[in-house]
Amino acid sequence: MKARHKRLAMIVAGLVLIAAAAVLITKSFRSNLVFFFTPTQVEKGEAPKSGNFRIGGLVEQGTLKRLPDGLRVQFKVTDTAKSMLVEYKGILPDLFKEGKGVVAEGSLNQDGLFVATQVLAKHDENYMPPEAAAAIAKAQANKTNTLSTENNK
Amino acid sequence: MDIVKSKSGINWLKYASPKTFYPLAGQLIPWFSVGAAVLIVYGLYLGLLVAPTDFQQGEGYRIIFVHVPAAWFSMFLYLLMAGYAILGLVLNAKLSHMMAKSIAPTGAMFTLVALVTGSFWGKPMWGAWWVWDARLTSELILLFLYIGYFSLQSAIDDTNRADKASAILAIVGAVNVPIIYFSVKWWNTLHQGASISLTKAPAMAAIMLKGMLIMALGFWLYSIAVILARVRCEIMERDSKAALFRQDI
Amino acid sequence: MQWHSFQEFIAMGGYGFYVWSSFGITFLAMAIELLALKKRRQRITNMLKQETV
Repeated sequence: MKARHKRLAMIVAGLVLIAAAAVLITKSFRSNLVFFFTPTQVEKGEAPKSGNFRIGGLVEQGTLKRLPDGLRVQFKVTDTAKSMLVEYKGILPDLFKEGKGVVAEGSLNQDGLFVATQVLAKHDENYMPPEAAAAIAKAQANKTNTLSTENNK
Repeated sequence: MDIVKSKSGINWLKYASPKTFYPLAGQLIPWFSVGAAVLIVYGLYLGLLVAPTDFQQGEGYRIIFVHVPAAWFSMFLYLLMAGYAILGLVLNAKLSHMMAKSIAPTGAMFTLVALVTGSFWGKPMWGAWWVWDARLTSELILLFLYIGYFSLQSAIDDTNRADKASAILAIVGAVNVPIIYFSVKWWNTLHQGASISLTKAPAMAAIMLKGMLIMALGFWLYSIAVILARVRCEIMERDSKAALFRQDI
Repeated sequence: MQWHSFQEFIAMGGYGFYVWSSFGITFLAMAIELLALKKRRQRITNMLKQETV
């Protein structure tokens, strides 16, 4: 009797898990497989017209500013082709920086401003010590400098 | 097994017989255990003491030294399990089924570790414990597949039928592994792309990479030792009347 | 060696909680797996012993 109960419980647990997996898969395939839309996709109308969705891209250099109320921040999210203005009230993640990846969840208001309820930082797959990163940045700066001086000639 | 044995002149399938495999595994386990311990300690030393700070994530990136090896083995062990499941079905080899069954708990353990350590990484860096992006969702499905696999194994009393049914589940579920791996390429995900791949130079400083690879090798030897020990248990449970265990008892 | 003091090592640049939790959970999970396996083996050997007697 006991063994049979145990087996029954196992089968039920297995079925529940398979059902949960199926629900998750369909849920993912419907909307969440695309975790975010780029500003270009939003422009083209590929993002949901109403309700919440996520946008992703880079925080455009020099666009991050804190509004006078001291609580809200505004910044532009760009995919280098198109950009969108985002407003957010809350704590920004540690890796949030201008020029770095970001994913914001929220919705568009009437003025075309994206009001975010959550802001996530998306980092890249590069790992290196700060000195190496500084050296690379310096090398790139030199390269562009020499290029521009060559152009000036 | 015995049929295979008598048919083949040279007995190269000898090791597919539980009777031969049992003592062989017993001899191998200590070597793999010692190797695993040495490599994991060395990996910890490299990862926690020697590897430099990361330029973006500071010291927080050190989670990579457990998260990535665990995630690799969550996927690799699943493929290995599915491989043994196929072998078991095709050759009707008992030992292959026992291997597949013995791999599942370790694979599930590494999946859970990958998910939880990923969560502890995502919170400070991304700003969220969990998001439903394709990478995280497919890895969660992997955990459910493992759990489904051993629920099915223990739900069916007849060993042969349990082996066959769960083998089919393991094989069908294997499609999920490439989905996990390529999810960051195929869809927009919050999870970043692969730092290490066969097609390009690693996007990682050499010493960081070394620490991670050493740790992964340690996890590999650990997995082998644990799986072999579990196969021995499995052999004992299924073939308790065989005299070969008496010497151990 | 990256660290100047033990406190600095524990703090992990402010990420101590997340880093140590991750490492702790990983090795705890492996330890639990090993313990469960040891118990299983003991249970089987005890059973086989009784059968032999």
